[in-house]
This record gives sequence, structure tokens and C-alpha cells, in this order.
Amino acid sequence: MNVTRINVNAQRCIGAGQCVLIAPEVFDQTDEGTVTVLADTVDGSAQGVVREAVRACPSKSISLTEG
Amino acid sequence: MPTSDPISIEFPTRRRGQLSPPDEYAELRARPGLVKSALPNGSTVWLVTRHEDVRTVLTDPRISASPTHPGFPTIGRNGTVPHPDQIPGWFVAYDPPDHTRFRKALIPEFTVRRVGELRPAVQRIVDGRIDAMLAGGTTADLVAAFALPVPSLIICELLGVPRTDRELFESRTQVLVTFTSTDDERDAAAQDLLLYINKLIAMKQRFPGRDLTSRLLRAGVLTPKEISGVALLLLIAGHETTANNIALGVVMLLLNRQWINAPGVVEEVLRYLSVADRVALRVAVEDVEIGGQLIRAGEGIVPLGASANHDEGTFGHAEQFDPSRSARHHVAFGYGVHQCLGQNLVRIEMDTVFGTLFRRIPTLELDQAVEDLPFKYDGVLFGLHALPVRW
Repeated sequence: MNVTRINVNAQRCIGAGQCVLIAPEVFDQTDEGTVTVLADTVDGSAQGVVREAVRACPSKSISLTEG
Repeated sequence: MPTSDPISIEFPTRRRGQLSPPDEYAELRARPGLVKSALPNGSTVWLVTRHEDVRTVLTDPRISASPTHPGFPTIGRNGTVPHPDQIPGWFVAYDPPDHTRFRKALIPEFTVRRVGELRPAVQRIVDGRIDAMLAGGTTADLVAAFALPVPSLIICELLGVPRTDRELFESRTQVLVTFTSTDDERDAAAQDLLLYINKLIAMKQRFPGRDLTSRLLRAGVLTPKEISGVALLLLIAGHETTANNIALGVVMLLLNRQWINAPGVVEEVLRYLSVADRVALRVAVEDVEIGGQLIRAGEGIVPLGASANHDEGTFGHAEQFDPSRSARHHVAFGYGVHQCLGQNLVRIEMDTVFGTLFRRIPTLELDQAVEDLPFKYDGVLFGLHALPVRW
């Protein structure tokens, strides 16, 4: 099965929280408001919502490495 | 670099009775390059209409959000972004790195978790306004009785404005958003609000609470003067925009009742209406190519959010109101570092409003034909001056 690795850049992040709304099981916000991941990799149907989070992120702080 | 002369067109406006964006946008998106247009004040700007190009404009470091640069566009009086040295803390007018200090100081206050804590207060405020409407008879102006007071009261909650002061706060904010207010009345109301906010800050310094104002003071990253500018900005940015989304969203749902309880309603209302279509004004500070067109340093740029959000290349059957679509990548809140700080609070407000209003008043209907409603066709923000309803 394909596994997708999730990379986030908390320095770039502007805390819009779109990723948390779209995929709360994968992304969270620290007390500072910036992105953190709850899962480093996803597979199966979760890949779709993670791609949606990448597309919605206003600061391009999430990237994916397709395995 | 393309060299052909761009055409110049009249600034597009919405058609009477129409909730969708100006018809011209579709033609502009289909043309190669960009077009020039004259703003009502006579200055010339570049109109950017495609989703990808709008996102590029809002993220390119050669393009600035600061009105201190020569050539920065202005749309009407209300659209004039204050000069940063007029209101310290008016950080929508700052570029990185100055902007970054403000954004970083504020994002902990607007995380999904933090704004979620406001949900019970939002529900209480929404129910309170519905109680008042129902007690007042079987008709109402939904803008004056509901859409304007709800976000204003929520901002009071956020900032920690005591209940006894909310009437003063509310009355002055109403002046700012009322169509018939004169310039002098607006200036006086803004002045009163700034004085009040300064008083609020002094009060929170002595008696801190659990509100945003107190927390910003405690954090000490921003000065009290900057916090007062931030508070005024949050009020102005979060009030009429949200009110317009509420009032127009109710119209959309009354015209499309089958979607009333659909999960994607909030996102689709935001995308479809794009009330802040012309808000994100920019200027090039270096030569930059956008959408195949060379923009020179010092030239003004208007990225049209409503056009981006109706781009067929990005949103299939874009002209249809379809809450079942995935609309999350819309630019109704802008894009890039200036994307709306309060967006997740707005989502909670809209979700609570739509979920509560039609449940508590299931017979709600328009009391005026859609084409006769007093839309804000020429305003900086798209909205309604009034919304007569009955039940």
C-alpha cells in the first residue's frame, strides 16, 4: 500500500488552522498556534484529506512525500 | 515578457438582484494576461481574476500590502486602509517582517481549539437575538435585528467588553456600518471607539480577565498602544464582513432550502458570495510578471477574490451553489500571510447562525422579492443594507 509522508514547516506557518479543520486526526496546533503533526505518515483514504489540507494551506507549510 | 498593450475596462460591478459576482469576471478569466481598470477615484489598477494568479499576487514578496508605497490603490472612503502611523497595530497594512510580530502574537488567540471555546457564548448570543426578534412580532429587518448585532456582541465577548458597556460599543459600531452615516459621524464614531478601547485596555491592565485583550497585555509582545490598534482592527474586520455573510447566507439558504442542514454550507456560502471581493488591495514594489503580464513597480493591483472563487478551472460548475463540493481552497478569507485571522471564529458564527435560525424559526421567509432587496452593489463589501423577513 502507498504511504504518504507528511512534512510541515512551523516557521512558515501562519496559524490559519485550515489543516486542523480538514484533517484533525493528522494535524494539530501548538499553544503558539502553529502546525504540528499527529501522524507522520498516512495511507488509504486519509491521503485524500491530507492533499486537501495541502491545497487549502495559505502559507504552503505542508508538503507530502509520496512513498 | 509579453509586450501587447493590455485593454482597459470599467471597474466591474454586480448586476441588480444577483448574488453571484459580476458577469464580466468570466470573460476576464478567459482572456490571456491581465486587464487594467480605473477605480472610482480615477487611479489605474491591474485586475487579477484567475484563482492561481490571485494566490500568486497574495504571496509574492515583490507585492506589498502597505499603503505607504506610492501607487497603492484605494477604493472609496471606507476602503482606504489607514496609514500605519495613524493607527499603530493596524497590521493588515504591514509587510513581513513587521507583520510577522503581530501575526505570531495573535495566532495563539485564534487557534481552532481556542475559538472553539467561544462556541457556547456564540450560541447564547445567537439565541438571545432570536428571542428578541420573536418577542418583537412576526416581521423584522434581519440585518439590523440580527446580522449586525451578533458579530458585534461576539467581538465584545472576545475582547472582554463588560456587559454594561456593550450598548455604547454597539451604537458606535452601527454608525460605522450604516450606509446613511455622514463622514463626520463615522469619524466621530471611530474616535469614540478608539477612546473606549483605550479605556478598556487601562481597565484590563488593572483587572485582567480571561479575554484576548488581557492575554495580549500579559504576553507583553505588543505595546498597549499597538493592542488598541489591533482591537479596533479586529472589530472593523470582523463586524460588517460577518454580518454580510450572515444576511446574504440566509438569503442563499431561503432560495435553496434543500441545503439548509447540509454540512458544507458555511464553506460554500463563503466561496459563492465572496463578500470581501475587493478588499485585498496591493501594489508592486518591484517589477513582477503575473498571469503573463508585466506589472511595473509602483502599479496598483486588485486581486478579485470573488472571481478566483468562481474560476471554473478550480471549482467545477462554479456558478452553482453546491454545498456538497469541496470548497476549502477558496480565497474568501484571502490567502498568504494576511489570510483572515478570525476565519475560524467566523465559521463558528455562521455555523451556529444557520443551524439555529432555521431550527427556531422554520417558517422564516423573505418579505421582499430578491431583486428588490437593497444590496450593497457599490460598497467595498458586498452585502445588504436591510433584509425584510417574516415568519
